[in-house]
Amino acid sequence: MITANLSAIFYLISGVLFILALRGLSSPETSRQGNFFGILGMIIAITVTFLSIGNFSSGFVYVLIFLIIGGLIGAFIAYKIPMTAMPELVAGFHSLVGLAAVFVAISAFLNPQAFNLGSPGNIKLGSLIEMSIGAAVGAITFSGSIIAFLKLQGIMSGSPITFKGQHPLNALILISIIVLTYLLCSTQSSNLFWILIAISFLIGFLLIIPIGGADMPVVISMLNSYSGWAAAGIGFTLENTALIITGALVGSSGAILSYIMCKGMNRSFFNVILGGFGATEQTASSANKEQKPVKSGNAEDAAFLMKNASSVIIVPGYGMAVAQAQHALREMVDTLKKNGIKVSYAIHPVAGRMPGHMNVLLAEANVPYDEVFELEEINNDFANADVAFVIGANDVTNPVAKTDPQSPIYGMPVLDVEKCKSVLFVKRSLSPGYAGIDNDLFYKENTLMLFADAKKMTEDITKNL
Amino acid sequence: MEIDPFIFRLSIFILSIFIGYYVVWSVTPSLHTPLMSVTNAISSVIIVGAIIAGLAGNPDSIFNSSSIFGFLAISLAAINIFGGFLVTQRMLAMYKKKKKDKK
Repeated sequence: MITANLSAIFYLISGVLFILALRGLSSPETSRQGNFFGILGMIIAITVTFLSIGNFSSGFVYVLIFLIIGGLIGAFIAYKIPMTAMPELVAGFHSLVGLAAVFVAISAFLNPQAFNLGSPGNIKLGSLIEMSIGAAVGAITFSGSIIAFLKLQGIMSGSPITFKGQHPLNALILISIIVLTYLLCSTQSSNLFWILIAISFLIGFLLIIPIGGADMPVVISMLNSYSGWAAAGIGFTLENTALIITGALVGSSGAILSYIMCKGMNRSFFNVILGGFGATEQTASSANKEQKPVKSGNAEDAAFLMKNASSVIIVPGYGMAVAQAQHALREMVDTLKKNGIKVSYAIHPVAGRMPGHMNVLLAEANVPYDEVFELEEINNDFANADVAFVIGANDVTNPVAKTDPQSPIYGMPVLDVEKCKSVLFVKRSLSPGYAGIDNDLFYKENTLMLFADAKKMTEDITKNL
Repeated sequence: MEIDPFIFRLSIFILSIFIGYYVVWSVTPSLHTPLMSVTNAISSVIIVGAIIAGLAGNPDSIFNSSSIFGFLAISLAAINIFGGFLVTQRMLAMYKKKKKDKK
């Protein structure tokens, strides 16, 4: 048994270690060390908790059993999961943090003595508010992440689900959450507590269904943020510094990522959250579809163009992840490099389904990270490059975002692919991308469309090089 | 007049938000996916609450309604802790620099 003061100091230490864990991610060299700090912080926090309770009765055995069961499942998932499934995995993990927060809040509500919060029916007011916030945000995180997971996994359609009165309904539920929290605090009724959790689950579900598949980078970041705020709420209830610090870190981390993703699409956060993007525009664009001439080619043409180039920029997108083409792409690039051609990769902030998605896939395919560049770093280089190889990306290369103020994606930062001497565009068909708008790039004089599966096309090009 | 301990916790919270803000802006965009998985893992430090809840039962009734939720939360958080840190480790191990002997 260690004193409360001593354990508080240890919790502070693990909080600091968590800060260092995030700090390590500022560069790939320090990141592994950062992860180690994170693990160390977690071990300290868990050990101190055991020591501060000091009750090594039979309950302790069960704690270990449940800990080991969870740990084994987690470790198994971590080793088995393919890198292309990272967005689903992260969404799934968020849901678990949310549910764990709800469960901890419930046990604190049922047995407040264990946490020094008073007695059932007479819980300290401050603790009750913190507990309600933790439980409500946790429940929203849980059901929201489940929907995000189902959409990413393809079990649920990625298209937005909207219905009449959706926004008023959501607003009504959010208000009733606040009213319920107030009533709960004044009556301490356990029924109200259960209702609060139930409608929080419901609102999490309703908030995410109207958001479409390609907006998932924002949704995942937002849920990341929520899971942090839920943890912080519980941290206040438990008066635990490690949890408060971590909650604040994770909360602001997710918020910043959401901001970066929204900026990458030039849309406001509320525009994304209110959802329904892409659903209306799609019909409009198909109506005025006229036959414009498109140049299409095969792998031999593409290989010829690239062989005669001196620099090539690769623009990967979600389609590359779907086709699992990252390894084939790397092989193609290796062959190009052997021929003395300079190759770099250009990554748009919202390429893929989560922040940094493309970078992880390229890293998995052994692409050195110093050949991979962000939009601002590389955008000026397109004018000097010979060939741009667009694989699985679409809207993020659309020049319309710079030229047509009427376009729904006007103002979105895009890669200046059209400035290249020639553009190779690997795509299955001419269908518009997620935003539902035609890509002008398809009809440009210097664009060669390669209609095929991304992986197969890349392999064929390599053969012809 | 004595200051409520809540104010101290609130101070820690607010200052941590600022630390988080500056630290996360310094994270390189190429590591944003590992950032999400590691924040996932560390937010599972909520397990400390779950352990307290799980151990709160008295010896005659280890499984009362409160501790059962505690035990379940322990498992959920443990999945995240192990899964989150290990998958981060796996990803970070893949980020390599250009080889020096490259032709």
